[in-house]
Amino acid sequence: MLDAVDHYLAMGGYAAFVWPAYAVALGVLGGLAWHSWRRYRASTAALEELQREPRTRR
Amino acid sequence: MISRLANPARFMRWSAAVLPWCGWLTLAVLAVGFYLALLVAPADYQQGDSVRIMYVHVPAAWMALAVYLFVAVASAVALVWRHPLAEIAAAAAAPIGAAFTLVCLATGSLWGRPMWGAWWVWDARLTSVLVLFFLYLGYIALVHAFDEPGRGARAGSVLALVSVVNLPIIKFSVDWWNTLHQPASVMRLGGPRIDPSMLVPLLVMAVGFLLLFLTLLLLGMRTALNERKALALRFNRMPAPGRVATRETPLPAQSPIP
Repeated sequence: MLDAVDHYLAMGGYAAFVWPAYAVALGVLGGLAWHSWRRYRASTAALEELQREPRTRR
Repeated sequence: MISRLANPARFMRWSAAVLPWCGWLTLAVLAVGFYLALLVAPADYQQGDSVRIMYVHVPAAWMALAVYLFVAVASAVALVWRHPLAEIAAAAAAPIGAAFTLVCLATGSLWGRPMWGAWWVWDARLTSVLVLFFLYLGYIALVHAFDEPGRGARAGSVLALVSVVNLPIIKFSVDWWNTLHQPASVMRLGGPRIDPSMLVPLLVMAVGFLLLFLTLLLLGMRTALNERKALALRFNRMPAPGRVATRETPLPAQSPIP
């Protein structure tokens, strides 16, 4: 069982290239998604805060 | 129909409804895609398991080109019809396209090392994609280089339209010049030249990347509209005319003018 996992993880000798490639893809795209979500939540909260405040007279 | 959906207020309504579905569908398709790419797809008879890099490299490359085309088309719409949502769409798409281009370059390098014996070669395909990455960065920098968002968007639109000439250069670079990079195997006249056992995982990953783009585009556009609206609200509450609205400017507790 463990041998099978080891065999799989070795990627036929290309582990040093296959896994970093997937890590880069997940890291860059996942990082962008995470950052976009955080910024969206922050912008929504900031706008709601502004809309809650009483309007100042001009 | 597009002009109906493109009204900013209406956009905020329908995108709020669509966004969660888009996000969960993206996660589901990408999960299936990674499963097929890493566990189901066979190893190549020449490249062994290194061929699995293809399932992220190729869809990332397609999206890198498609998103730049989207930025250029949205820029044209913004310049010709002055539609505010079009310039917001173009500006929101650019960072996503830059991320896809970065993934394409990095995974290509990791694939090139075992297959070509080099992390990088200055051949036509690789160099033109690197230029695409810098065009994305240039566009993003230009859009944010002005205090007034509309000006930056217009300058960026012109850059996007002029530099779209790079896209056919990338696409046909493998045919026009002698390159180390292989020519097209899927998007070619006469149909794909790749076995279904590899084509299906590739297309599932491509659909997943496309859905990811749409999700992040909607998210980015909603963020930009929120920020613009907040900026306008702050500006309207400034007591003196001609003052620049910035995040740092404190809001007056009581207006001095009765």
